[in-house]
Amino acid sequence: MVKTKSEVAYQCVITIFILLLMFAIIAPFVLLIMSSISSESSLIRNGYRFIPKAFSLDAYKYILRNADTILRAYGMTLLTTVLGTSLSLCITILLAYPLSHRDLKGRKVIMFLIILTMLFHGGIVPSYILWAKYMKIKNTIWALILPNLLLNPFFIILMKNYFENSIPTSIMEAAEIDGAGPIGILWHVTLPMGKPIIATITMFTILTYWNDWVNALYFVNNTKLWTLQYLLENILDNVQFLVKNSKVMTQMGQSVANIPSVSVRMAIAVLGVIPILILFPFFQKYIVAGISLGALKE
Amino acid sequence: MKHKQTSLSKSRHYSILYLMMVPGLLYLLINNYLPMVGIFIAFKKLDYSAGIFKSPWVGLRNFKFLFATSDIWIIIRNTVVYNIVFIILETVLGIWVAIMLADLANQHLARLAQVTIILPELLSLVICSYIVFAFLSQENGIMNNTILPALGLRPIGWYNEKGPWPVILTIVYLWLNIGSQAIIYLASIVGINKELYETADLDGASRFQKVIYITVPCIKPTIVTLLLLSVGSMFYSSFGLFYLIPHNSGMLFDVTATLDTYVYNALMHKNNVGMASAAGLFQSVVGFILVLTANKITSRLDPDNALF
Repeated sequence: MVKTKSEVAYQCVITIFILLLMFAIIAPFVLLIMSSISSESSLIRNGYRFIPKAFSLDAYKYILRNADTILRAYGMTLLTTVLGTSLSLCITILLAYPLSHRDLKGRKVIMFLIILTMLFHGGIVPSYILWAKYMKIKNTIWALILPNLLLNPFFIILMKNYFENSIPTSIMEAAEIDGAGPIGILWHVTLPMGKPIIATITMFTILTYWNDWVNALYFVNNTKLWTLQYLLENILDNVQFLVKNSKVMTQMGQSVANIPSVSVRMAIAVLGVIPILILFPFFQKYIVAGISLGALKE
Repeated sequence: MKHKQTSLSKSRHYSILYLMMVPGLLYLLINNYLPMVGIFIAFKKLDYSAGIFKSPWVGLRNFKFLFATSDIWIIIRNTVVYNIVFIILETVLGIWVAIMLADLANQHLARLAQVTIILPELLSLVICSYIVFAFLSQENGIMNNTILPALGLRPIGWYNEKGPWPVILTIVYLWLNIGSQAIIYLASIVGINKELYETADLDGASRFQKVIYITVPCIKPTIVTLLLLSVGSMFYSSFGLFYLIPHNSGMLFDVTATLDTYVYNALMHKNNVGMASAAGLFQSVVGFILVLTANKITSRLDPDNALF
């Protein structure tokens, strides 16, 4: 294509707009990170800044010295993410695979029941009462895994459609003739060939569990079960929480007044996003694929 | 080939398939269907010691109380108006960003931009509330310490003043969601037949005309689908956005309370199960009617785009 003057001008304009957009997206992250490596006294004098007046790693050293609360929360998040994601994947696959059989009797009814859960919700109150009073999951690790997060109806439909439309029936039939049962076909054909959709849904499920704080808000009082996100939620207004719950602190006789609270707050938040930022380059492809799929039917 | 198999092994295959579905269906029964049955709580005066079944029926009393308060109207207004503003802005901006990304000749920059704009999508709202706090904190925030003084303005007690919050929440919402909107629209813009644009070029169409007469009509199915989904959730709001970002501050209630934060506060803090369940049922029923209506209208106007 011949480059006309107006084309060049247009490219300049959109390049500037895109750069501005990228800046607007990135800048808040930069502010967060810079605030966490500023010295406490400069923060108190000048506030959070994009370019700190004085750098310092005191906040991180402080956290390292009082790591027990945070490490515990990290552990809980990791445990719920691994357990939740594995369970969730298993039951999603086990539900989507039979539904991908066109000749399965009752398939339409089951699909309708799944879609209905996306259209009508019982609401928070009955759901809360059910899980808290009848299933008695309050203050157990199940509270962080079971309510609402375990099975996303939309993912079942995505996976069922992929199994049904992207895996050639001829391969299934060949396996059947070889004497493979449903479990054999699932294991040797469907799972290997369904990798793209399984990977995408895995990524989104990991993110769901890693980022969840609502289940803890509703069902968990016991601080030992706090996940990273919920710990962060509590620390935002009350940095002292870290001290109250830190055995090391009381033994060392440090007082609340010594916490570099302005920078520590941001340093903890940075520790909360770092795993995601590190994994992001690997996730990115699947996330984009998943978002585009969501365009079809969410 | 299939008739070679005996009907016995065939039926055994099917029973295995049905068995596989048991855990998932059981979960949906517990997590989704039992609460649907539980909506009758809204018509009861709940007494935990008696249990939900033995608690006395009170008819519509919970609803009468709920709609007698002035709060509920503010809350419904907030939920709906924020949704309308969010939908309009995210659609227009999302399409605009997608068009720019599609037109950008520098492929490296386009790819880098795509990756960058979905970053906020991965954050939890908790982390997001920290970032907002870094901007708005009264003592240490960058707004009060650097930006406002530079503009010659006096510091603001952000978490106590209602005025700026509609704008703040809209900005935060767009920051979080513009990326996925743009990616969705980009996926459908990339699919448009290039010849359409070439023909338009020959006819001397301007850039803006091409957007209006080619791009927008071609991505209409995507726009309709996304709008349909948004209309269906018009009475729902992101709990995290309205609860965490304003720190659940009571002073900001008038401009930040939505049905979701109201239900949470009534259930967990005010211990007012009656009001909470009435508000929740109202939300569920209106939401359901809206989805069905929106889908009905779409299927009449444009059957291919209807969801079901």
